[in-house]
Amino acid sequence: MSAINYSEKIPNNVNLGEDRALQRALEQWQPNFVNWWDEAGPEQSRDMEVYLRTAVSVDPQGWAEFGHVKMRDYRWGIFLGPGTADREIHFGDHKGEKAWSDVPGEHRANLRRIIVTQGDTEPASVEQQRHLGQTAPSMYDLRNLFQVNVEEGRHLWAMVYLLHKHFGRDGREEAEALLERRSGDENNPRILGAFNEATPDWLSFFMFTYFTDRDGKFQLCALAESAFDPLARTTKFMLTEEAHHMFVGESGVSRIIQRTAAAINELKTDDVGKLRAAGVIDLPTIQRYINFHFSVTIDLFGADESSNAATFYSSGLKGRFEEGKRDDDHVLKGQTYKVLEAKEGKLFEKEVPMLNALNEVLRDDYIKDSVAGVNRWNKVLDKAGLPHRLSVPHKAFHRNIGALSGVKVSPDGRVVSEAEWKAKVDEWLPSADDRAFVASLMGRVVEPGKFANWIAPPVMGINRQPVDFEYVRFA
Amino acid sequence: MGASDSAVIKQHLIDPEICIRCNTCEATCPVGAITHDDRNYVVDASRCNLCMDCIAPCPTGSIDNWRNMPRVIAYPVAEQMLWDELPPELTPLQLADAGVSADAMAAQTPPVSLPASAAQPDAGAVVFRGADYGASVPPWSAAHAYTNLYGPKAQIKSVTATVTGNVRVTEVGREYDTHHIVLDFGAMPFPVLEGQSIGIVPPGHDAHGRVHHPRQYSIASPRNGERPGYNNLSLTIKRVLADHQGRPVRGAASNYMCDLKVGDTVQVTGPFGASFLMPNHPRSNIVMICTGTGSAPMRAMTEWRRRLRASAKFEGGKLMLFFGARTQQELPYFGPLQNLPRDFIDTNFAFSRATDGPRRYVQDVMRERAADLAPLLADHNTFIYVCGLKSMEEGVVLALRDVARDAGQDWESLAVRFQSQGRLHLETY
Repeated sequence: MSAINYSEKIPNNVNLGEDRALQRALEQWQPNFVNWWDEAGPEQSRDMEVYLRTAVSVDPQGWAEFGHVKMRDYRWGIFLGPGTADREIHFGDHKGEKAWSDVPGEHRANLRRIIVTQGDTEPASVEQQRHLGQTAPSMYDLRNLFQVNVEEGRHLWAMVYLLHKHFGRDGREEAEALLERRSGDENNPRILGAFNEATPDWLSFFMFTYFTDRDGKFQLCALAESAFDPLARTTKFMLTEEAHHMFVGESGVSRIIQRTAAAINELKTDDVGKLRAAGVIDLPTIQRYINFHFSVTIDLFGADESSNAATFYSSGLKGRFEEGKRDDDHVLKGQTYKVLEAKEGKLFEKEVPMLNALNEVLRDDYIKDSVAGVNRWNKVLDKAGLPHRLSVPHKAFHRNIGALSGVKVSPDGRVVSEAEWKAKVDEWLPSADDRAFVASLMGRVVEPGKFANWIAPPVMGINRQPVDFEYVRFA
Repeated sequence: MGASDSAVIKQHLIDPEICIRCNTCEATCPVGAITHDDRNYVVDASRCNLCMDCIAPCPTGSIDNWRNMPRVIAYPVAEQMLWDELPPELTPLQLADAGVSADAMAAQTPPVSLPASAAQPDAGAVVFRGADYGASVPPWSAAHAYTNLYGPKAQIKSVTATVTGNVRVTEVGREYDTHHIVLDFGAMPFPVLEGQSIGIVPPGHDAHGRVHHPRQYSIASPRNGERPGYNNLSLTIKRVLADHQGRPVRGAASNYMCDLKVGDTVQVTGPFGASFLMPNHPRSNIVMICTGTGSAPMRAMTEWRRRLRASAKFEGGKLMLFFGARTQQELPYFGPLQNLPRDFIDTNFAFSRATDGPRRYVQDVMRERAADLAPLLADHNTFIYVCGLKSMEEGVVLALRDVARDAGQDWESLAVRFQSQGRLHLETY
C-alpha cells in the first residue's frame, strides 16, 4: 500500500484510480493549483532546475529521491502514512471506540474548519516567501528555500484531498478558496494573521522556518492523534517533510550566529556599529528578531482559554502533542491547568479546567521545544568563546491573542506601562532601522560554493553532495 | 575465521551539533534502536542492525556518523546523551590497547557513506576495506521487495508463523548443530524474495528483564515458498553454544529456534532488505561466495534458478558457488548440493579445518578458479553475492581484485561499476 502510483496524473498511494469522481474532481483542481504556483509561487523560478527530493513511497527506502527538476513539474501528490488496522480513538469522550474512516455528521463543520485553517497556512507561506529567491545568500540556501516551498505545496494537496474526499461540495468550494486567498491581500487575506506578514529578508525566513514551521509541527502532531483516521495518516506523513523546514530555520540562524561570532572575535568587539559596518548581523538584532517571531508564533496556538479547544479534544478531533506517550486518563475531565493573567500590573497564574486550556498546553509544549533549539544556538556562541547568550522572551511578551492581548509585558516578564513600552519597544522588537539594515545585506549570491558575507557555509551539503554542488541549474 | 573480529563494530552515532531533534529517525527506526532525552538523540549499539532506514529521512545529515569501536567499550546510550559533540575516532594505539588488531579493523562492517578508498586508486595509503565495495542498490532486474510489513513501526507489530519442519542439516553427533526450519504463515501475507531476511522475536525476557529484540535470519527458500505454491519459507540456523571468544553461552534466539517442534508458533517481523536481491533477466550470471549459515540466501537463489530451469521457460546464465566451512561435516546442505548437475551450477568447497588436506579458505579457491571467474567479472550480466562471517569480506574482495587485475582489468573502475550497478552485494555478520 505504500507504493506510490506515478503512472497517474496525480501521484498517489490512495488508489485514486478506483474513485473516478474524486479523481476527476482533483484533476480539475490540479491545473488551478499549477496556475496558482505560477502566479503566487517563487518569483522567476520557472526555468530553474532544482535539486529536490521527491517521495516515491512513504516507507524509509523510498521517500527521499533526489534529482534536478523544474518546480512546476514537481510530482505533487497524495500520500498517506501507513494505516493501522482497527486503530482505536485513544482520547476524549469516544476513547476506546474504533477510529473514523469517514467524517461523522456532527463533527463535519469543526473538522472542515480545522482542515481549512491548516491547509490555508501552506500556500500562504509560499506566497510570503516568493520574493526571497532574488536575494538568496547562496545556491545551497536557494535550493533549501525551494524545497520548503514545493513541500508546502504538497501539504496543500494533502489537505485538499481530505476536503474533496470527505466534505462533498463544501469541500470542493473550500479547496478552490484555498487557491483564491492571498497572503497580505486586503480584500481576500489568508486566515491567520501571522500568514499575512511578508517575509522580507532571509533572517526573517530562517526565523519563520524555525519558529512558525515549528508551530506547524505541533499542530500536525496534535492532528496526527485525531480520531478521523485519514487526517491522522496524512498529517503523519507531512511531519516527515516538516522536519526539513525546521532544519532550514535552525541551521540558517545558527550559521548567521556563527558568522557574527567569528566577526566579533576577528574585530575583538561586539560594538553594533562596527559589526554592522563589517557587514554582519549583530546579536541584539538577532535577539529582537527572535522576540518578534517567537511572540507572533505563540499567538497562533489561540486563546489560552477556549471552549473550542475543549470541544475539539473531547470529540476526538485533535489530541495533544504526543498524546499516546502521556500516562493520564486521556479524558481530562476535572483536571486543571495553569494559565497566565494580568491583574493590577502583575502577572498571575490561575487554575482553569484543563480541557479549556488545551491551547495553552500545546503552546507550553511548543515553548519547551523552541527553547531547546535556542540553547543549541547558544552553544555556537559558547564554542566561539563568547559570553553572549540568546533567549526566547517571556510568553506574555507582545501577545495579541487571549487574556494577555493588550497587556504590555517586557521580554523578561514584567508588566510595563504604555510609556515604558513605547520607550523600549525598539530594544525589544526589530525596529524599522534594524529591518532596513538587514535588508541592505540581502544581495544575491548564487555561484556554487559561494556564500554571502553575513552567513557561514553549512557543515555539510544536501544528500551527501558537496557544499559547492550545483543545487540549482539556471536556464 | 578469527573469532575476535566481530568484537569490533562500526558504531552508529548521531552528531549532536547538527541534529535538530526532529524525531524523524526515532519514528523511522524499525527496531527501536533510537531514543532521546531532553538533550540528545542517540543510537543503542546493541539494537541497531545497520538497516539504514534512518539515513535518508534525516533532514540534517547528522544521522550519518560512524566510529570503529570494540564492542565491549561501545559508547552506551547514557554516555551519548551527555555529549555536546562527537568524540574523535579512536587511534590505532587506543584500539590496540583495547585488544583490537589492525586485521580486525580491516574486516569492519560497512560504512554507508560512499567509500573513499573505492574512489581513490592510491590504495597504498588507505586501509583496504572490502566492505567499501558493496552495493546499496539492487540489480536492475531485481523484483520489487516488500519490506517492514511487520515491525515496531508497522501497523502490525509481528505476525505468527507455524513451524512445519525442523531438520538438522549437518551431521549428527558434532558440537555444531545447524537446522533447516520451515515456517508457514497460513493466510497472513508475507511476500519475500531470495536474499531478504526476517526477524524472529524470542519469547520471554533477557537478563535485564527486557523483552528480547528480534534476531535477523536470511531466508533460505525461494520466493514461491519452501514448497512451491505454499505460503512458507525456510531458515538456516546454527545453534550458538559459545560466544566469539569461545566462552560457553547459549544464544537465546538460535537455541529457541533449533529446539522448536512442528506445530509450535513463532513471532516474526520483516521482511527486511531491498538490495541483496537476485537478478531476474535471462542469461544473468550469479557468483555466490559464502561460509556456514551464509549459505541461506545462496540456497534460495540457487533453488529459484533450479525451479525456473525445470520450467524450461527461462534461459539462466552461469551459477558459480564458493562455499566455505571448517569441515565437510559442518557444511549445511552438503548432500543436496552434491546432487545438483554440473552444467547447472559450478560448486567449489573450501574446508579450513579438514583433517585430510591443507587449510583452504574460499578466497584461495576463488584464486584457483581465476580462469573461469575472470570472464564472469568482465561480463556486465554477472552479479556477485557474499554472505557469511564478517572476517571473510576483506579476503574475498581482495581475491576478486587480484583475479580482475591478473586478467588485465582495471579493478578500481570495475569495482565502481559493480557497486553502482548493484552487482556486488556483501552481507556479513
